[in-house]
Amino acid sequence: MSNPREYQTEAVIIRKTRLGEADRIITLYSPTLGKIQAVAKAVRKPKSKLSGHLELLTHSEVTLARGRNLDTVIGSQTINTFLPLRKNLEATSAGLYLAELVSLFTAEADRIDNRRLFNLFVSTLEQLSLNTGCELCLRYFEIQLLSHAGYRPQLKVCAGCRKPLQPVTNTFSPGAGGVLCAGCALHQALPYSISVNGLKVMRLFQDCDINTAVRLKMTGELNQELEKLIRSYCQFILEREVRSAAWLDSLRLCP
Amino acid sequence: MNQSPKTITGSVAQLINELGKLPGIGPKSAQRLAYHLLRASEAEAGQLAEAITRIKTSTSLCRVCFNIADGDKCPVCSSPTRDETLICVVEQPQDILALEHVGVFKGVYHVLHGAISPSEGQGTASLRIQELLERLKPGTVTEVIIATNPTTEGETTAMYLHRVISPMGIRITRLARGLPFGTELEYADDVTLCRALEGRQDF
Repeated sequence: MSNPREYQTEAVIIRKTRLGEADRIITLYSPTLGKIQAVAKAVRKPKSKLSGHLELLTHSEVTLARGRNLDTVIGSQTINTFLPLRKNLEATSAGLYLAELVSLFTAEADRIDNRRLFNLFVSTLEQLSLNTGCELCLRYFEIQLLSHAGYRPQLKVCAGCRKPLQPVTNTFSPGAGGVLCAGCALHQALPYSISVNGLKVMRLFQDCDINTAVRLKMTGELNQELEKLIRSYCQFILEREVRSAAWLDSLRLCP
Repeated sequence: MNQSPKTITGSVAQLINELGKLPGIGPKSAQRLAYHLLRASEAEAGQLAEAITRIKTSTSLCRVCFNIADGDKCPVCSSPTRDETLICVVEQPQDILALEHVGVFKGVYHVLHGAISPSEGQGTASLRIQELLERLKPGTVTEVIIATNPTTEGETTAMYLHRVISPMGIRITRLARGLPFGTELEYADDVTLCRALEGRQDF
């Protein structure tokens, strides 16, 4: 049986680029279809009925028509705009960082049902809207995203010799995909030291829900330690930098 | 763009290739334009060629507001009737055209040449934000109107500008966001409706 000409899916808008006079190419992340690119016609005109429903970081119910090359958005109804998030510079920037991570860690047109990743994305955006600490949300999201995308770091035992890790400062190796004991760490390039508390937080974030994660009290130092090693792990997997990270850094320096 | 077929002579193929690099021009449009120019009179084609050459040789950015200017200053900045205590900050020079078309605004402009877009690698360094802050330093400006686009990137830029300008004690305003003229309420999105309600005025 042939595919129906039109289909409907809920999705979050993660990227948009300009196309022609007044159109846009929108990248959507759908729980059932994965990452999709579609053309949104005339959305740059002020009278467009769709534009507000297809803005970045909007959770919408989108109707698409199949096209030869790209599908076309023919309808969109907002489910959640995460309004408080849009009024806060740090939260918006964090949201855009999440969107870039989702875009980079997913392949287009893979049609993979990954509702867990979608739910994680939406619930993290909701948390950011509630104005809870951005940093905790980001670290939780990064660790969970790695698991949902198939790159869950090994934190329980040594990623090299599989022996239980001692409660001392160990080494995190992006290449080995997890934490290494002192003996295995000797031969690794690009090692990052991971403190006992750092490892505890990462283990907790791998298994807890977001409401538990945002209640945690984390020092700035510990956050920096985790941010640095998770970023290097993401960069190792993606083989490129996450561009929005540079903006988050520059925002911290802003008075 | 696809390579032009071998049957097209070199100079025409080159023109098609060059036209095809323009935004919104596909291979077929490029071909149509090239053959139109081929049929046009020499004077007509010459005028186009001259206009293209001139925009690269005789235009520059206004040293005050970074709008496109024929000389040192753009027409708005060199006009003696404009109120220099009022600066309207826009993303692109094209935005000035739209605002000038209305003819209501009597202040001056500042063009950022883009908006903050973290995932595209566009931060504040490539925008003319530092130059704007320099312009505000002497303390003669009384109000800054932020007229960046009401998109996520435009809003991010507006929030950032608010953060860096507010310590200077200058009044900062944002263009009103609400329902466009001629549209229908039932199709409005939540953000627009919410802001239209927040910014309602006495009738």
